[in-house]
Amino acid sequence: MSDSSPLANLDSQRDELIRQINEISDFAVLREQEPLLVGKRSLLTTLQRTLGQIAENERKEAGALLQGARRLVEDRFNERFAELEMVERAAKLEADRLDLGDVVVSAVRVPVTVGHPNLVASTQRELEDVFVGMGFSVADGPEVESDWYNFEALNIPPAHPARGMWDTFYVDLGEPETVVLRTHTSPTQIHLMEAAVKLGDPRVHAVMPGRCFRRDTPDARHLAAFHQIEGLVVDRGITFADLAGVIETFTRAYFGPTISSRLRPAFFPFTEPSAEFEITCTICQGDGCRTCSQTGWIELGGCGMLDPAVLEAVGIDGSEWSGFAFGFGIDRCAQMRHQIADMRALIENDARFLRQFS
Amino acid sequence: MKIPLSWLRDFIDISESPEQLREVFDDLGLVVEGVEYTGQDIDAVLVAKVLEIHPIEGADRIRRVVIEAGEGPLEIVCGAMNFVEGNHVPFAPVGAVLPGDFAIAKRVMKGITSNGMLCSARELRLNEDHGGLYVLDELITPVIGQPLVEALGITPDVIFDISVEGNRPDAWSVEGVARDLAARLGRPIKSPVLATTNGPSTGEVARASITAPNECGRLTVSIIENIVVKPSPTWIQQRLSGAGMRPISNVVDASNYVMLELGQPNHPYDASKVAGKTLGVRHAVPGESIKTLDGVVRELARPGRGLGDSGVDVVIVDGDDTILGLAGVMGGDDSGVSDSTTEVLFEAAFFDPMTIARSSKRHGLRSEASARFERGVDPELALRATARFVEILKQSCPEIIWRSEPIDVRGQLPRVPEISLSAFDIERSLGVSIPLDEATRLLTAIQFSVKLDGEGLLVSPATARLDVREGAAGRADVIEEIARLYSYQRLPRRVPTWAEPGGLSKTQRLRRQLRDVVVDFGAAEAWTPTLGSDADFELLDSGERVRITNPLASEESVLRNTLVTGLARAWARNVERGTGDLILSELGNVFIHPKVAKAPRATKGGVAGSVTLELPEERERLAVLLGREEDDARTAVAFAVGIFNRLGVANVVLRTPEQTPNGFHPTRVAEAIDRQSGSVLGFVGEVSPMLLAALEAPEGRRVGYVDLDFEALADESRATRQATEAKIPSKFPSALLDLAFVAPDSVHADDIRSALQLASDEVEAVSLFDVYRGTSLGEGVRSLAYSVRLTPRDSTFSDTQIAKIRELLVDSARHLGAELRAQ
Repeated sequence: MSDSSPLANLDSQRDELIRQINEISDFAVLREQEPLLVGKRSLLTTLQRTLGQIAENERKEAGALLQGARRLVEDRFNERFAELEMVERAAKLEADRLDLGDVVVSAVRVPVTVGHPNLVASTQRELEDVFVGMGFSVADGPEVESDWYNFEALNIPPAHPARGMWDTFYVDLGEPETVVLRTHTSPTQIHLMEAAVKLGDPRVHAVMPGRCFRRDTPDARHLAAFHQIEGLVVDRGITFADLAGVIETFTRAYFGPTISSRLRPAFFPFTEPSAEFEITCTICQGDGCRTCSQTGWIELGGCGMLDPAVLEAVGIDGSEWSGFAFGFGIDRCAQMRHQIADMRALIENDARFLRQFS
Repeated sequence: MKIPLSWLRDFIDISESPEQLREVFDDLGLVVEGVEYTGQDIDAVLVAKVLEIHPIEGADRIRRVVIEAGEGPLEIVCGAMNFVEGNHVPFAPVGAVLPGDFAIAKRVMKGITSNGMLCSARELRLNEDHGGLYVLDELITPVIGQPLVEALGITPDVIFDISVEGNRPDAWSVEGVARDLAARLGRPIKSPVLATTNGPSTGEVARASITAPNECGRLTVSIIENIVVKPSPTWIQQRLSGAGMRPISNVVDASNYVMLELGQPNHPYDASKVAGKTLGVRHAVPGESIKTLDGVVRELARPGRGLGDSGVDVVIVDGDDTILGLAGVMGGDDSGVSDSTTEVLFEAAFFDPMTIARSSKRHGLRSEASARFERGVDPELALRATARFVEILKQSCPEIIWRSEPIDVRGQLPRVPEISLSAFDIERSLGVSIPLDEATRLLTAIQFSVKLDGEGLLVSPATARLDVREGAAGRADVIEEIARLYSYQRLPRRVPTWAEPGGLSKTQRLRRQLRDVVVDFGAAEAWTPTLGSDADFELLDSGERVRITNPLASEESVLRNTLVTGLARAWARNVERGTGDLILSELGNVFIHPKVAKAPRATKGGVAGSVTLELPEERERLAVLLGREEDDARTAVAFAVGIFNRLGVANVVLRTPEQTPNGFHPTRVAEAIDRQSGSVLGFVGEVSPMLLAALEAPEGRRVGYVDLDFEALADESRATRQATEAKIPSKFPSALLDLAFVAPDSVHADDIRSALQLASDEVEAVSLFDVYRGTSLGEGVRSLAYSVRLTPRDSTFSDTQIAKIRELLVDSARHLGAELRAQ
């Protein structure tokens, strides 16, 4: 390439640009200089325009050289840009620093704001209180469970069609389909009975509230996450009559003296005999309306006598002990009491919705 | 399942009203989800003959039709195209009101007056067909002007939509429902009419074999000759339509009829397409595939991803070992009945429920057959169902011949359990004594066999009741049957009692208290999603993720490991709506991947619980987001300190953490440390500006944030509580000292406060009331002013006493490097 070529000094011009970039230590300056260093007004862009003057046989090579120089300058610019941007951000954060140990709490003045408990949480509390009044304790359990606790110990073996009754979210841990988001609070029953057996006294009188998950597209009536409360009694001489009595007592205590309950046969793998329990329709008080399809009753939950297979899975002697379990939706109780037309409002967290509840 | 009342009446005399029946069904556990009335409101519809069809100028979707319905030609404008001149069709004259309150009136379209309407089957609620008019010529010998109900022999019917529980495969049929009803009402049940065979085969004999005896318990095959494929009689079509199935042809309809009526899935093959008139049942082997009736090619015998799925598929093959169908699930594309079929090979079988359930799940293919087989079909039903199929087919083809060698090959059939049951067993479970003769009556009415056995009974379930187990479990199953037929509503109620009092644990009470405190301080309690997105995680770069294998949407595919994203997003949405001037709180679980968790939960899982699984650590956190205009890290500190005070967590210091906790502002955050235990109880500060920017919150807005570890708060060895012993305040007057110290930035203000507190027994309380920085003090130091309340125990203070204590105070601060500020 001849000395008269416009690119004769390319290497030193390139180095000069890089030097300039390196010298800038202020983010704002770098941004300001951007057009001159790498942009439309930069030296290299100007040189690009002179390529036309170069003889055709040399043009391609010259173009490549220019391109190479350009890339080096641009790479350095981008690096520097990132460095200085970070420095700038750190400086900003540093300028913002507040040592919270120095906050004079008595000098902090804030307006009085009225808070509101969450509807689901306070519904759960009220339900717990009803059962506590009847002699139940309250137990908590984890939200991620193994398939054994969520299904198999509850008499729902692997691949059994009954597993299809629950639309299950599987967690990507262990072998496929071994870890689940619990689909009901029933696994807590198994934990409780196992713990009781370990202590040598299989008696349990507990309710178990908690969040559960089903793989269900959310709509006005269902959410993929919801809350359930489950009850479990294991003792000597417990019968279906005790179950029906507990359900009835709870129904009147929570819904009021005009609302009663009835049981009808149903199927759950973990109870036998099993029942669905219905309560007097709270909208029409049993006269029949659209909500209850004119029947006067609405379905609330499931219940039944502990299946012998479940007792066996946890090592309780079914010839000495018997028990019952029941479960229903906490959110559904809230929905019924407050006539919530769309359950999705519960997870919207719109202040206007939250502030309605006390 | 949809059950027409008229069909039930074939089996049992019913005098009850539909409303009464509904209650009986519900009480039997056959829950009625809906009741539909059909064949109503079509009395005014007449049979009309199509005389002429003319196009209408400027309209290609409607035609002018001239009909005769007995009172002279009428012009009708009609949009259907499936009929020709000379056809007979249903005609609704002006003034008729069709089902759904659809009133027919004169209408003018394109200048032509339409004097009524020609109807489709769906418009008359006769079946679901809406492809065109309900052309009557193939169904009946039409008489012009005859009321349609008379012409078709339609009687109004009531259809019960019954939800059948998973343990009641027997009730997934008209006969099964009738059997329950008869047992409850104490009435006899009638048998359906069954065909008899017509003598041995003259031609090629059918053959059958089972080489998968564990999966196929029974295979029966019959040859039926002399068939003419044509539409079924109207009454059969009506019944199928009522039960929600589309009529297709007499052979297919008879097959469906039998399945609906008796519960036996079955398959009619075109005998000419089945090599050697031979059916076999065998395992599929890897590499084989089948194109099922729905047109999908399915690879067979490949282990599925599902737990406990070894990939067993069972197929039906012909004499050339060509695969004809996926057994119990769906037939293949090629061997079905067509219009030219004259001879049918009829298959009715019993398949192992679990095998079918797994196949059906693995191939994502559910059919009427698989749904029945996976719950368990009566293994003794096949030949009876075949006889019924022939009888139903005879209604359209009286001349058919059923050859006498229905072949019946057996594999492994489920054992019928024998269960001992005493009066005590019943009372022990139900809490009421039901006499054994009453129990016997109820059980035999649903075809359980009952024998006397000493004081008690020996019970064997009906063959259709594969749900009834052996031993103690089977006893519970039988007791449920007794209770169900006796009526749950007649069972007594009793409220049990026990000695132990109910109540909440200490932790549960604390959880309630914490919630109350936060709400008292002004928070609106939120519920944000447990499942978040990868993008949420990337906002915070917060480590290993616990993923959902089968999420519904990518936005809900990862378990949250912080509450901040959900709360900040909820707040940002409120800001958008103009309701962002609020405090949001949440008490909920976050999930830490077992790989990085300090204490992953080990538990048993897998088939029979034989594997030890490591589950995520679940940590319960309380998060408070302070989003009011005035809020920042300072109000967050005041909020957090308030919480600690209310919970009686006495001595917490806020220190700058070595690492910025997730979601916090890097230079406006502190960790709350219990002085006594050294445990971290949580963090307080502001929400990270980067997170807020990513959520498009208003720029420059500060948002206070408190994130507390609930388990640490509940643990009194970590969150040290105030002494339980009550202190009686001294009667002697207190003295107040204000002391200002100049301390380097490295000396913590609360460490000085704590030192002052401990300097003398007479120090009752110390509080920081001012922090001052100024050039006069110099760089890297600030003035900290404390108010110290001194209270004597036994006598009034003297000035020298106070001066002495003051010296102690100044000394203790000096030890930390803080000098009394010059006045």
